[in-house]
Amino acid sequence: MTTVDQLGLPGPRAAGCPFDPPLAYQRPSARLSLWDGSPCWLLTGYQQVRAVLTDRRFSADARHPTFPFLAPGRREAVGEKPSFLRLDDPEHARLRKMMTTDFLIKRVDAMRPAIQRIVDDTLDAMIADGSPADLVSAYAFPVPSLVICDLLGVPYADHAFFQEQGRRLLDTAQPAEVFQDAIDRLTGYLTEIAAAKDGEPDGIIAKLVARGDLTADEVAANGLLLLLAGHETTANMTSLSTLALLRHPAQADRLRADPSLINGAVEELLRYLTIVHAGVPRVALEDVDLGDGVVVGAGEGVLCMLSTANRDQDLFGAGDELDIERDARRHLAFGFGVHQCLGQPLARAELQIALATLLRRLPTLHLAVPFEELSYRTEALIYGLRELPVAW
Amino acid sequence: MTVDQDRCCSSGQCVLTAPTVFDQSEEDGLVVLLQDRPDASLAPQLRTAAALCPGGAISLAEVAR
Repeated sequence: MTTVDQLGLPGPRAAGCPFDPPLAYQRPSARLSLWDGSPCWLLTGYQQVRAVLTDRRFSADARHPTFPFLAPGRREAVGEKPSFLRLDDPEHARLRKMMTTDFLIKRVDAMRPAIQRIVDDTLDAMIADGSPADLVSAYAFPVPSLVICDLLGVPYADHAFFQEQGRRLLDTAQPAEVFQDAIDRLTGYLTEIAAAKDGEPDGIIAKLVARGDLTADEVAANGLLLLLAGHETTANMTSLSTLALLRHPAQADRLRADPSLINGAVEELLRYLTIVHAGVPRVALEDVDLGDGVVVGAGEGVLCMLSTANRDQDLFGAGDELDIERDARRHLAFGFGVHQCLGQPLARAELQIALATLLRRLPTLHLAVPFEELSYRTEALIYGLRELPVAW
Repeated sequence: MTVDQDRCCSSGQCVLTAPTVFDQSEEDGLVVLLQDRPDASLAPQLRTAAALCPGGAISLAEVAR
């Protein structure tokens, strides 16, 4: 099969439809070329995406010479020891298992009162500053940043620094030098924190240091992954979910009338919004026939598009519509397979508490600017809003 | 019911779906089976738990009673 065309990733979204996957992804799976001309499969259907993410013939190891990267500079930045997100078993499992107990359902449930306090305090501060406010900077980012800082043992006072570097790191439009600079700064920052934690048993970073069998680079790489994944994803889900509910006021009213719907509503928002919108990358270790004419050759990259998989009409009837009362639990918003999001219990708890509290405490919440004026992070690996001006 | 701890990646989906049948080990986060012959009335939840398990660690076998 010949390469069809080059696809810009992440793709732009259709005007007026900020919640729908880019039109360029809404197609059958196809072989395309990446920005550097390398061949790469775009996999868009639920069954194919799920199959690849559970198939060990597809590698997540970013050190593989043909691993697909979405922007320049990323390949060069992969060191000897990537984070566990970009490794295969047994290396992946070894690192991941060092952190699994911090994200157990019971452990996260025990954190709920503390999360509720953070949510209430953050909302108190936003309300005290007066209407209107930018929900992104006043609420959506502070809540998960405070939670993950506490869990990792990172000072929240540094949030402006790590949020800014995180934005540079996830922005595919930035040149390679900016990406490398952001990596260097964040890695240096976390290496310093890890060094200071030697012997102090508070937080995940201290725990990783105390094990004694990880290099400073390994602690920094995995700490960086948790720090970024711990706030960027939940923050963007919080602001985008709020906008989706403001655009579907009848469903927001249903949630206010029956708060027990919040858990299902969060699953549906995760499915409908799927903020990991540029796809999950893998490289084939051998030829794999995925059916429907998709034969991935050994060494070829694939991008598993979670956003289109989560709109699969066979699995989710009327999948392009938000329906907080549907059963959406089979969504792939956290990925699938052994790499499925480690922090998903925490993400769920934060979203459930942050959204339910916002709806309850600010029943008159509404957009403070016309919907058409909102601006989105289309070039970032994690989709979201730049600002969300709201009033109440 | 059988679970394969080698395939478990501690997503917790099973505990959320059928908390009377599944738990997570406090020591290593791996799935723990609380009962290996749960009542047939739990079958829908158990099928959901198996379908949601990202590691494919949960297997169901229905036996005649």
